[in-house]
Amino acid sequence: MSIVELDRDRPAEAKLRVIDCDIHPSMTAWTEVHPYLARQWIEHLTVYGSHLRHAFSEALTHPRMSPDAARVDAYPDEGGPPGSSLALMRSQHLDPNGVELGMLIPLRWNPGSQRNLDFGVALTQAMNTWQIERWVKNEPRLRASVLIAQEDTAGSVAEIDARAADRNFTQILVLPRTDEPFGRRRYWPIFEAAVRNNLPIAIHVGGTNGHPSTGGGWPSYYMEEHHAVAETMQAVLTSLVFEGVFERFPKLRVVIMEGGLGWIPSLSARMDKHWARLRSEVPHLKRPPSEYIREQVWFTTQPMEEPARASQLIDLFDRIGWDRLLFSTDYPHWDFDDPRYAFKAPLSAAQRDQLLYRNAQAFYGTR
Amino acid sequence: MSRHIVATVDDIPPGKRMLVNVKGREIGIFNVDGEYLAISNRCPHEGASLCKGRIVGLVESSEPGSYQLSRQGELLRCPWHGWEFDLRTGKSWCEPNRTKVRSYELKVEAGGALVEGELKAETFPVSIEKQYVVIEV
Amino acid sequence: MVADRQSAEIERPGRYAGAIDCDLHPALPGMSVLLPYLDDYWREMIRVRALDRLNLSLTSYPQNAPLSCRPDWKLEGGQKPGSSQQAMQAHVLDRYQPRFGILNCLYGAQVMHSEDMAAAFCRATNDWIRDEWLSRDPRLRASIVIPAHNTELAVAEIERRADDPRFVQVLMLVSGEVTLGRRQLWPIYRLAERLGLPIGVHAGSAYRYAPTATGWPSYYVEDYISQSAAFENQLQSMISEGVFAKFPGLKVVAIESGLTWLSGFIWRADKTWKGVRVEVPWVTRAPSEIIRDHVRFTVQPIDAPDEMEAILRLIDHLESDELFLFSTDYPHWQFDGDAVLPEKLSGALLRKITSENALATYPRLAKAERPMEIGA
Repeated sequence: MSIVELDRDRPAEAKLRVIDCDIHPSMTAWTEVHPYLARQWIEHLTVYGSHLRHAFSEALTHPRMSPDAARVDAYPDEGGPPGSSLALMRSQHLDPNGVELGMLIPLRWNPGSQRNLDFGVALTQAMNTWQIERWVKNEPRLRASVLIAQEDTAGSVAEIDARAADRNFTQILVLPRTDEPFGRRRYWPIFEAAVRNNLPIAIHVGGTNGHPSTGGGWPSYYMEEHHAVAETMQAVLTSLVFEGVFERFPKLRVVIMEGGLGWIPSLSARMDKHWARLRSEVPHLKRPPSEYIREQVWFTTQPMEEPARASQLIDLFDRIGWDRLLFSTDYPHWDFDDPRYAFKAPLSAAQRDQLLYRNAQAFYGTR
Repeated sequence: MSRHIVATVDDIPPGKRMLVNVKGREIGIFNVDGEYLAISNRCPHEGASLCKGRIVGLVESSEPGSYQLSRQGELLRCPWHGWEFDLRTGKSWCEPNRTKVRSYELKVEAGGALVEGELKAETFPVSIEKQYVVIEV
Repeated sequence: MVADRQSAEIERPGRYAGAIDCDLHPALPGMSVLLPYLDDYWREMIRVRALDRLNLSLTSYPQNAPLSCRPDWKLEGGQKPGSSQQAMQAHVLDRYQPRFGILNCLYGAQVMHSEDMAAAFCRATNDWIRDEWLSRDPRLRASIVIPAHNTELAVAEIERRADDPRFVQVLMLVSGEVTLGRRQLWPIYRLAERLGLPIGVHAGSAYRYAPTATGWPSYYVEDYISQSAAFENQLQSMISEGVFAKFPGLKVVAIESGLTWLSGFIWRADKTWKGVRVEVPWVTRAPSEIIRDHVRFTVQPIDAPDEMEAILRLIDHLESDELFLFSTDYPHWQFDGDAVLPEKLSGALLRKITSENALATYPRLAKAERPMEIGA
């Protein structure tokens, strides 16, 4: 393929300011974390590697439609997978898209899903340091998330407490496919540590826990799996509400990442309706579910909904609450949302700035 | 509308493509089995650089469980969300009536037939012996 | 009882008269009613193993949970809700005066692990429904209960009912042993299509897996809430696997799914399809189009604080007023008083939802509706 070199792929637009709440950095190789791993774990990583609750030890259950689940144009010239090059992240995304702050969400390879808990804990510690050394220290616009191996609550709490003083960490990261629904009481020490340290919890799509993606079995196709991640987010939100996590921890803030937005008003209403009927089962809930959600839960916007008409999107935002929405691109994944074109509805400058910047600014307490 | 020379035919062999800039517009020129096709570089969905996507064939199915591949090299997948565009028509495969990438008129012309002054040669001089890709923008 | 009937006649709402109630739940008073319909082996098993003393209360519908029975529909003496036909008549059939009511029996035969046992008990259940319900009230129709986890036995049970026009639908649970689009279930769909029987997918689970991808929730209310997500998942399965491509005449009715999830579903499913089409190239149209043609939804519960607004919004989003089917979900507690549907529905929309959409969905009902048909 021969391509004539041009100035830039897109003309620069004036005054785009963005806080991107979902950027996925990746490693060129596992050796990148070796400096932050004890020798024992370097050997374990090399010899035994990832050990998950499904047939493949590293590959995803359902292959994606593009390599590395990424944009085809996000491969660095110098080699390495998409998301591994800070230079390309800058030139392709941070600079042209006006990103003033970007939240790092490292995903591979599910340290929280590792069956070997000690290994998982060691990996989270190493990857947390990796985020700082490899990314944040070299790029002032980036911030890190505290990875935890949530099945080891003591280990998780220790890691949260160890990182909390470093303001480069803006949140705690958990993937929702945990051993038990994340609202269950065994995880409450994590919520307690989050609140104690004034850190929100980000729940980003992913994880493997051995449960099928649906309550009726495993899907055959990625078309189904990509849809099921939204249902998974519905389940984790339901768990947090009905276990009473929000009631018990009124200062806890949660951001649901990459789960989509279209289901939020419906699920809130469904929760309210059936809670009203069945509230004797959950006496620890003092308020309707939708109130907890309105006050303590935020949602990143990617992948943005694209209803048939613009007015339907505005109506959706009205019903969720404009203040709940935190813009995200999911760079460098394939279903990337461009801040200029993701919203298929006319927005005023103030609305655009609210979604792209001010909500996240308030949420993360920056400046 | 004006006509612009953007490449020699040798610049874009079959199966290959070239990204050019004409009058401020980015345009991808594709050689599909000897036929030259030109489409805008901007995906109508979210503005991705369409011409960085994979050139693919058409996947169809007569019934669940069967897969038929045809028209190899005639479709383009957007590098981001993977939407398929028919290079010949510029139309989205999934919603041909609603989503289309702009396409441009193209001609291959011999150097001797090109008249100086009427055309704008972008980056190279015209030679009588060569064949040129001429686009109308 | 008689006094109740009289007062019901005085105040009953007329707006649902002639409706088709697409979700009624008859309950077995106990396993003993199935004895006449089981062969001697199973009668012996019941006797020797005391199977009839098993409490087959479903985790999906705990007998005494508020949702399982509206307080004013409870029966005296602790009888199982829905187990009295007289009560069903007084509470909904005589009160609302539907033209037809479709019985969806959620007994438990469907979820027994032993395929033979499930098949025998499903057959007996269908026989019991035929004799004790269908034959006693000409308004009643029924879904065929099947052991979906053994396709051959399920097909045999459907064949058995094919010639009885009072069986109008095949009943499956939304969360079974395999996702509902899977090819191993296709003989069921093939036969249903041929016979003009919609597949009624009802809320509820065989609990072969955790109800959610995040594991086992602590509370029943969470399980019930997760039913709408289950419908999203299984509908996506049927679309993705090509059930509607393979069986273009097949209709599916989502029963007791909650409704408002549909908007978010079609937005996400349509957008995903455009990017992943090549994985499932037999899906040649957007999922929303497939749903408009093939899938219908019973109205109760409508998961929204303002049900009128919700219905109108859904019709706008789905670009169709043909999707929704009247249902009381008796005796489940989904609405209070007579508020099965919002009061302010236009006459045309009321007719569509109460009867026209169902007549278009259930060929056997449409046939019975025509006055020229003799012996329907």
